[in-house]
Amino acid sequence: MIEGARWRRWSFFYVPVTAFVIFLLFPFYWMLVTAIRPDRELYKPWSSPLYQPFWTLHPTFQHVHDLLTQTLFSTWMLNTMIISIAATLISLFCGLFAGYALSRLKFPFAGSIGTGIFITYLVPQTLLFIPLSDIIRNFHLGDTPWALILTYPTFLVPFCTWLLMGYFKSIPKELEECARIDGATRWKAMLFIVFPVALPGILSAGIFAFTLSWNEFIYALVFLSSPTEKTVSVGVTSDLVRGDVFYWGQLMAGALLGSIPVAFVYSFFVEHYVSGITGSVKG
Amino acid sequence: MSLLSAASSRAYVVRRPRGPIGRMLEDERWLGLALLAPTIILLGLFVAYPFVKGIELAVTNTTVGQPGHFVGLQNFVALWHDDIFRMAVWNTCLYTVVATTTKLALGLWLALLLNRSFRGKAFMRAFILLPFIIPTVLSTFAWKWMFDPTFSVINYVLLHLHLITVADRINWLGEPVLAMVSVIIVNVWRGVPFFAISLLAGLQTISPELHEAAAIDGARAWARFRHVTWPLLLPVTMVIMLFSVIQTFADFQLVYVLTGGGPANTTQLFATYAYQIGIGTGLLSQGAAISLAIFPILLLVVIVQLVYIRRVETV
Repeated sequence: MIEGARWRRWSFFYVPVTAFVIFLLFPFYWMLVTAIRPDRELYKPWSSPLYQPFWTLHPTFQHVHDLLTQTLFSTWMLNTMIISIAATLISLFCGLFAGYALSRLKFPFAGSIGTGIFITYLVPQTLLFIPLSDIIRNFHLGDTPWALILTYPTFLVPFCTWLLMGYFKSIPKELEECARIDGATRWKAMLFIVFPVALPGILSAGIFAFTLSWNEFIYALVFLSSPTEKTVSVGVTSDLVRGDVFYWGQLMAGALLGSIPVAFVYSFFVEHYVSGITGSVKG
Repeated sequence: MSLLSAASSRAYVVRRPRGPIGRMLEDERWLGLALLAPTIILLGLFVAYPFVKGIELAVTNTTVGQPGHFVGLQNFVALWHDDIFRMAVWNTCLYTVVATTTKLALGLWLALLLNRSFRGKAFMRAFILLPFIIPTVLSTFAWKWMFDPTFSVINYVLLHLHLITVADRINWLGEPVLAMVSVIIVNVWRGVPFFAISLLAGLQTISPELHEAAAIDGARAWARFRHVTWPLLLPVTMVIMLFSVIQTFADFQLVYVLTGGGPANTTQLFATYAYQIGIGTGLLSQGAAISLAIFPILLLVVIVQLVYIRRVETV
């Protein structure tokens, strides 16, 4: 890139980058400020001359305290955690085996099964939630964590399979052949040679699956009904809004705390996450 | 000497797997099917079966707790004459087209900005993905609060930039056109990071030598983008668009939280309308018919894009 005049650098780089950062990150700052602002400062109209929205001189943990003591928030967190971890493990289990089979083995219908899995990857949850709610009821899974633990893998498995297939293809076949010459069975070569090498891919798929299950909303909204079974997203939407009254301090505290596990996992594995995204679109 | 012979003799021992199951797993065909079995069972039970069940529901008049009987295409005929459904179709198409093109434009711009080296790049790349990572429902609540008619911080900023006066009561989510604009803004906000990061990965695979060669031949910045960057980025762009169009078309949570489809159904989408009819009022079969109506449109989009991707990739 040929260096231009200073104003060009400013107007074509610094200004747009700053604008993007403000646009993308301001809502999170706003969540934080609202969550620690006392109620008497919170409810001042935007047109009032005394409105000081961007900071507060009287930070308070009242909203967080109320959220944790007066609502079922911690139960929802625990539910979401259990459901997300279980769904992720099931998806990794299925995805690893399916990805290995589709990328390494020759067997009848391999092509059409692969296409079938790819098609389910493209089916959005909103297409199936109504018949699925009926099926969940018939299986007597309604209002239990199992309703979500068993249905979340339907959109996670195709994704994991797809991502892991890419990883397996990049591992040289010779590695496995060596192990087989040394007397390992196919099964053992897969389990002890190929899977450990694919560990970065497994991590990417796992992190991605975890954040996707933590994010999921419509199935959780439709399949669960009692307050103690809900996940964070559904609990916050339905139980923190009483009638028509929005308790904004509590809502923002809930949004912030509910995002922490995902943000935490993400912050440790940014690179894996990014490679998960790019791997998923590379195909 | 003895060590050597032990090692070499061991290398030539082919250990046969014991037992019938072990021998079957040694056969590629059986192993392949065995490894795929959990996935096939899971997807069959919770994707294929619900799909068939959805079609079955859509041609009956089932409601919650009341098994219905066959009514043919009556539900679809009713939808055809339903003004709200027509509105939802129009809204969904508008929402998808405007939101995805804006996401592509902004995402590409951001990717191009991030594709240079500057201090704090890795840091920034990590932070701008946040809107995509954080649970949509939770971040949408922050937007709902920012759009609040009485306490809107956006109005406050506009007021202090002297773009509006106190008399302009901008009701972001309460007026038909503005409500659609607001919903699209939030969707774009959520989707831009995904576009930017994926396109950035695509940009990084383009060799800088191509740019240098074009620059030596006298191509200016725009010509280099138009004739070098864009064609090379096209395959990645098409795949990202495919995913984004599907996700946006079938969007639910954003509208559910922000407007609930209101005011007067002007932000009603397929999914929110299906939810309202199928779950809200318990008319399972009508709801199933609405969400099934997504399918042909989605199928068309996917086929067109897959054909296009194939063409781009083979050229």
